[in-house]
Formats: sequence, C-alpha cells, structure tokens
Amino acid sequence: MHDVRTLEHDSSAPTTPDVHYLNATHGALSWFFTKDHKRIALLYLYSVSAFFLVGGIFAMLIRLELATPQGDLLSAETYNKVFTAHGVVMVFFFLIPSIPAILGNFLVPLMIGAKDLAFPRINLASWYLYMAGGLFGIAALVSGGVDTGWTFYTPYSTAASNTHVVLTAVGAFIAGFSSIFTGLNFIVTIHTMRAPGMTWDRLPLFIWSHYATSLIMMLGTPVVAVTLMMLVLERTLKFGFFNPDLGGDPVLFQHLFWFYSHPAVYIMVLPGMGVISEIIAAFSRKPVFGYKMVAMASLGIALIGFLVWGHHMFTTSQSTLAAVTFSFLSFLVAIPSAIKVFNWTATLYRGSVLLASPMLYALGFIGLFTIGGLTGLFLAAIGLDIHMHDTYFVVAHFHYVMVGGTLLAYLGGIHYWWPKITGKLYSEPWAKTAAVIVFVGFNLTFFPQFVLGYMGMPRRYHAYPTEELSWQVLNILSSAGASILGMGFILPVIYLTWSAFRGRPAGPNPWGAFGLEWETTSPPPTANFEVTPIVTKPAYYYAPEEH
Amino acid sequence: MSHQHHIPTKASLFAVFGALMVLTVLTVLVSRVNLGYLNLPVALAVAVTKALLVILLFMEVKYSPKLVQVTAAAGFLFFGIMILYTMTDYLSRNMIGVAGR
Amino acid sequence: MANGSHAHAAHHPMLQHHFDTLEQQQNASLLGMWMFLVTEVLFFGGLFMAYILYRWLYNASFHEASHELNVWLGLFNTAVLIGSSLTMALAVRASKTGEKSQLVLFLILTLVLGGIFLGVKVVEYAEKFTHHLVPGEHFAFHDAALKDGAQIYFSLYFAMTGLHATHMILGGLVLLPIIVMAQRGWFSPEWYTPIELFGLYWHFVDIVWIFLFPLLYLM
Repeated sequence: MHDVRTLEHDSSAPTTPDVHYLNATHGALSWFFTKDHKRIALLYLYSVSAFFLVGGIFAMLIRLELATPQGDLLSAETYNKVFTAHGVVMVFFFLIPSIPAILGNFLVPLMIGAKDLAFPRINLASWYLYMAGGLFGIAALVSGGVDTGWTFYTPYSTAASNTHVVLTAVGAFIAGFSSIFTGLNFIVTIHTMRAPGMTWDRLPLFIWSHYATSLIMMLGTPVVAVTLMMLVLERTLKFGFFNPDLGGDPVLFQHLFWFYSHPAVYIMVLPGMGVISEIIAAFSRKPVFGYKMVAMASLGIALIGFLVWGHHMFTTSQSTLAAVTFSFLSFLVAIPSAIKVFNWTATLYRGSVLLASPMLYALGFIGLFTIGGLTGLFLAAIGLDIHMHDTYFVVAHFHYVMVGGTLLAYLGGIHYWWPKITGKLYSEPWAKTAAVIVFVGFNLTFFPQFVLGYMGMPRRYHAYPTEELSWQVLNILSSAGASILGMGFILPVIYLTWSAFRGRPAGPNPWGAFGLEWETTSPPPTANFEVTPIVTKPAYYYAPEEH
Repeated sequence: MSHQHHIPTKASLFAVFGALMVLTVLTVLVSRVNLGYLNLPVALAVAVTKALLVILLFMEVKYSPKLVQVTAAAGFLFFGIMILYTMTDYLSRNMIGVAGR
Repeated sequence: MANGSHAHAAHHPMLQHHFDTLEQQQNASLLGMWMFLVTEVLFFGGLFMAYILYRWLYNASFHEASHELNVWLGLFNTAVLIGSSLTMALAVRASKTGEKSQLVLFLILTLVLGGIFLGVKVVEYAEKFTHHLVPGEHFAFHDAALKDGAQIYFSLYFAMTGLHATHMILGGLVLLPIIVMAQRGWFSPEWYTPIELFGLYWHFVDIVWIFLFPLLYLM
C-alpha cells in the first residue's frame, strides 16, 4: 500500500512556511479573542468534537441497555434522559454546527479568495454563543437531565415533565442564534467578498451548498427560537400557548417546531453534499458532472425542504388535505437529492479515480445517503408511515442520513482538508483502515434497526419483549456494530493528533487538487493569500493531461 | 451599487409621517364601525400600506440594490409559507367526514 | 463584487483590513443588517402564526378581551413610535448631509420618543396586573365561558408586546453609544454605517408595532 499523495510531488520536498495563521501570534488570549476565521474554525473543531464525545457516550449507553431485552442497566426514567441527551447534544451541538462552523468557517473565505468572513467579530461571537448554549445544555445534564426527547413536544414538556426542560430549551435557543449568525456571515461574505473573476458560475459547489444551508439557518432558526421561548413562557409563567388545559393546541407546537426542524435536517446534510462534490471531483480528476444542476439542486433542496414539515405529523390530528400535500412535497425533495447522487456517480465515470481516504468516505456517503434517502420515501408515504411511525425504521432512516451522510462527509472533509488546516500529512494506511471500520461498524449498527422497525419495535423504550428472540439477536448485532463504530471514531483522533505534531509537511497542494484553497500555503497565512487571487478558470478545472 | 447617495428631502420625510398618521387615525375610526367580516381585512390593508411606506421610503428599499429588495421580500415570503401550510391543516380538518381526519 | 485594483486614496480610518474598499464594506454591512431583519421577521412570525390560529379558534374571546386594552393609550403610543421613525429617518438624512448638530438632535429625539413609548407601556402593563389580566394562576376574566380564549389572548399580548418592548430597550441601549459617537464627530457623509443600520433596525421595530396595534387593540 503506497501513499497516493507522494505521486503528486515533485522532486523538491514540500515545506511548511515559517509564519502562518497558527503561529502568527501566541498565547491563549490570541485564540480566545481571535477574529481569524481559520482560528475560529479550530475553536469550533475542539468544542464540537467534545460535544460529539458526550453525545457518543450517551449513544453507547443506549446500545448497552438494548443489548438485553430487560430494562436492567438503566431505569425507564434514566433511559428517557439518556436518549434525550443523545438527541439534543448530537442535533444542536454536533450535527448543525459540524461542517458549516468548522470546515465552512475555514474554507468559505479561502475558496472565494477573501481575506476573512465579512463580519469577523460576529463570527467570534457565534462561537461564544455556541459555547454559552452548550453550557446551558451541560448544566441541564449535570443537574439531572431532561426526558422530553430532543423535540420538546408539548404539553408533556410544559405541563408534565419534572426535569430541566427550561435550561435545555434556553441552551438550544442560544445555540440557535450562533447558527443564525454563522449563516448570515456566510451569505454576506459570498455576496460581497468574492475575488475578482470568481463569478457565481465559478463558485465551488462547497460554496453553493453552504449558501443554501445559510438560507435555511436564517429563515428557519428564528422560528424554533421563538417557539422555544413560548414553551419556556408556558412552562414557567403558565402562559397559554400549547397546553390544552389552558386552551392551547399542542399540534401548533409541532407545526412551528418542524417548520424549522425539518429544514434543519438539510442544514445538516447540505454542507456534507458540498464536501462530497469537492472530494469526488478531486479524486476523479474531473469537473463535477452537471455542475449547474448540482448547484441548483442545493437551492432546490433548501426551498422544497421548507414545504415538507407536515410529514412528521401524519399521526396527529393534521387534516388529510394537509397530509396529502406534505406527502407529495416530501416526494418532490427526492428529485434534487437524486440529481446530486446521479451526478456524482457520473463524475466517477471514466475519471482517474484515486481511492485515497477522503474518497473512501465520499463513496461511503453516496451509498449510505442513497439508502437513507430511499427509506425516507417509505416514510413520506402516508399509509406506510402509520405503520412505521415512531419505530426503529425511522431511527435507522435518519441515522443513515445523519451518520451515513453528514458524519461520513464530515470525516471525509476533515481528512481532505487536514493537510491544509495543519500543514501536515497523516498516515494514509491508518486513515483507510479507519474509513473501512467506520463503514462496517455503521452498517452493522443501523441496518438491523431497519428490520427491527419493520417488525414493529418502537423507539424510545428501554426494554422489549423477551419472547421475540430475533429482536434480541438484531439488537445485539446493532450494539456490536456501535462498538466497532466507536473504534472507527477513536482511531482518527489518535493518528490525526499524532500527525499534527509529527506528520511530514504537506506542502500547498498534497492531493494535486484544483481550487483557490490549494493555491496558498499549508497552513495558510493569516490573510489567506499573499496577493488577492484573480480567478480565470471555472471550478474543477482539471486539465486533460492529468488523466 | 451606490445606494447610499440617495438623500431624501425633509419635506418628503414629513409627508411620509403625515400619511402614516392619517392612516393610523383612519384605522381607529374604521374599527369603530361594524363592518362584520370586513373589519379585519380593512385593518390589515391599512397596516400593510403603512408598513410598505416605512419599508420603501423610511428604510429606502425603493432606492436600494435589488439584492436588498429581494432580501426584504424573502422574510415575508417564508412567513407566508408558514401561515399558508399551517392554516391549510386547520381549515381543512373534518373536510372528508371521517372522525379525526 | 470585490475590486482588487484600488490603489487610489488613503485608507479611510473605518475601513477594516479584510475589505478592499469602503463601498464594499458598506454594502456588506447593509446586506448583513437586512439579513438580520429577515430573521427578525420570522422570529416575530412564530408569534403572529399563533395569533392567527387562536384568533380564528377563539374569535369571540379575542374580541371581548381586546376591549380590556386602552385604545387611546395604544393610539398615543402608535403616534409616538411613528414620530420616532420620522426623527430616525431625519437623523439618517442629517448624517448623509453631514449636519452634525441636527444628527445629534434627531438621535436624542428618537431616544426620548422611544422612552415615552416604553413609559406608556409600563402604565399599561401595571393596569393589567391590577385587573388580574396577566395569564397564570391569578388570571380572572369577567366572562367564564370566554376565559380560556381570553387567557391565550393575553398570553399573546404579553409575549408580543413584551418581545417588541425588549427590542426597543435593546435599541435604546445601542442608541446611547451611537449618540456619543455622533457628538464626537465620528460620522461623515463618507461613513455613517452605524446610523444607517440602526435606522433600519428602529424602523423594523416600528413596523412590528404597526401590525400589533390593529391586531391587539382594534377589534
């Protein structure tokens, strides 16, 4: 197994510049008060990773409990708190900020040839808001937890639950503003800060997908923020909004909540799609097939994503007309998603495909996202959803999109841009090993859950019938897969950290990829480019002789 | 792009203020008359007119770049989507005569 | 679009390092403020959505409950807030023409009018407390059949006007340092971005009230 990256090297060994953004200034304060988008991206990398660890520990507790049919490890109340903590941490503090706040922060200015984001101070403030929201979330956890599920459904959350709903809701509220300001920053930056010649039809698809994501962040997040505010008012001051005892309607809460939280799914997956477009093009040495369609598909997903929220409410009192409308629109959202999958596949066709570690994640993404998307169609069908609603089929479906999609894209992106971020090369054999372990562990964890859900196992229970032997077999497979998956996550932490200290210098462009971010040094200087670049070529301009 | 060079006259700003005050008094007066189902649409029409005056002339959207105009419209468009679909649900309940549907 | 070739003129002291020109910086700030206002529309939008649904469900209660509000105080406050929008627009104009004393005067007037609005709001809120119209355990309504709807009406009343008042208070806190900056002559026809952005925010707050007044007071 040889290192593919060495193939691209000239005889002169790559070097690291003497001064770059990591060592331009020193001391803790130079980090905590930095306005450099690249340093803020690293602050996010550390904090988001910490939350991922917390969320992961709760996931392991869930899988441990379900290894046996009896509720022997956790009481029902504790189990409720554990799956709520897993959901809240993973959704609000990992998935939503992961790719945009880390890779997006680092790359959006680099890719468009800007010196920074438009509002560097607001960017730093976003990180502090994220941390403040996280502190509220952690405070809720250590003071006893929450048991409402991450969806905070009323009236349970406002009238019945005696856990720390308010702390958690305030945490999610504050974290929401962090993502609003990130989205605002990206949109303004992409509109006003592009380098000369970086026209809209030359923007990398990573930028297009972040543009679409930012639109959702700005248009959706305020609605969930005000909804959580109403929830807190109802719970603390007994204002009547959603509680039927006070004359309210709980279904209104669900409408308002999912108006944001369904598009939020696309906040999570669209940036991942941007990462995949970059990786597929770089390791096929070809422009992305149907560039314009892929770019428009991002906007299409963002727009149609706002029109489908009612498919979370097929089993409520929602009217048949609304249900049919939402079902139809949910099917429509599959079209732009499928356009992307087909176009990535077509990009591979007759490309010079290099199976480097980021590419392994990207190929994994295409397969797993397709499964996640297609099973979503099952759930968008009104009749079938009545059977599947709140079963493990739903759990498996969204984990195929969120973990098989977003998380794999996140890992692929981290591996792809790690040499740019740190200026160092990691061990490619270890990276490939980890990618394979993650893929195997993921499928072993979540595929059995499709079967379990189809057989009728409901989600959010700490025990299941002992008579159903096949249920336990499938659950044990799933728990075993989770421990393999866990190892697949620990490995990159080790070899990436090691590479940051001991890795060989990467040079500006270790992958031989095309794009402005590869034209500056690794790590880049604080101002990103020595001189403002002038763009004369379209995105993914891989010259024919490279084939 | 040079939006910031539009300087309104003082008279035009006072005229906008005058129009806003007239509309405010008008909406109070109309609300004293019982128009049945028409009271709400009239009140909303007056409010929308007032909001448009503020947006176009005080906030100078009329003289702003197209991007700002589109942005200003987008917020209301998505607010409209939220109302449209949510109220579709509530208004069409019991439409097919099956309990709970 | 960024303009790479701009060797002309000395850098304006307010030009931040990552922008090429003052115009680019101003365009970015203006667009950013508008994006923020879009999020504000949807932030208030959630409450308006709830208002629409519950007004439809509890029409009679809403009618009855709205009569508990004092239309004349509401009308007075509307006039005050529209007046503050006028002074704000005049302040933006003064900053464009570089008339410093007028700018300071109109900014102070805006702050004073905002203060009057909030003062009246305090009087109105106090009235609701004495009449047991604050939602919660002590809520009482003269018509028991309409109590649930009336309680929701007052929940929305306090949430909407409270959120609106919070925006006014935050606006006032931001306006104070801007007045000091204006007094010290920081602004010029070349650079008055904070005035322009604050103006947009203040007008937005006015627009919210333009809808709240007929929806809450006039039924």
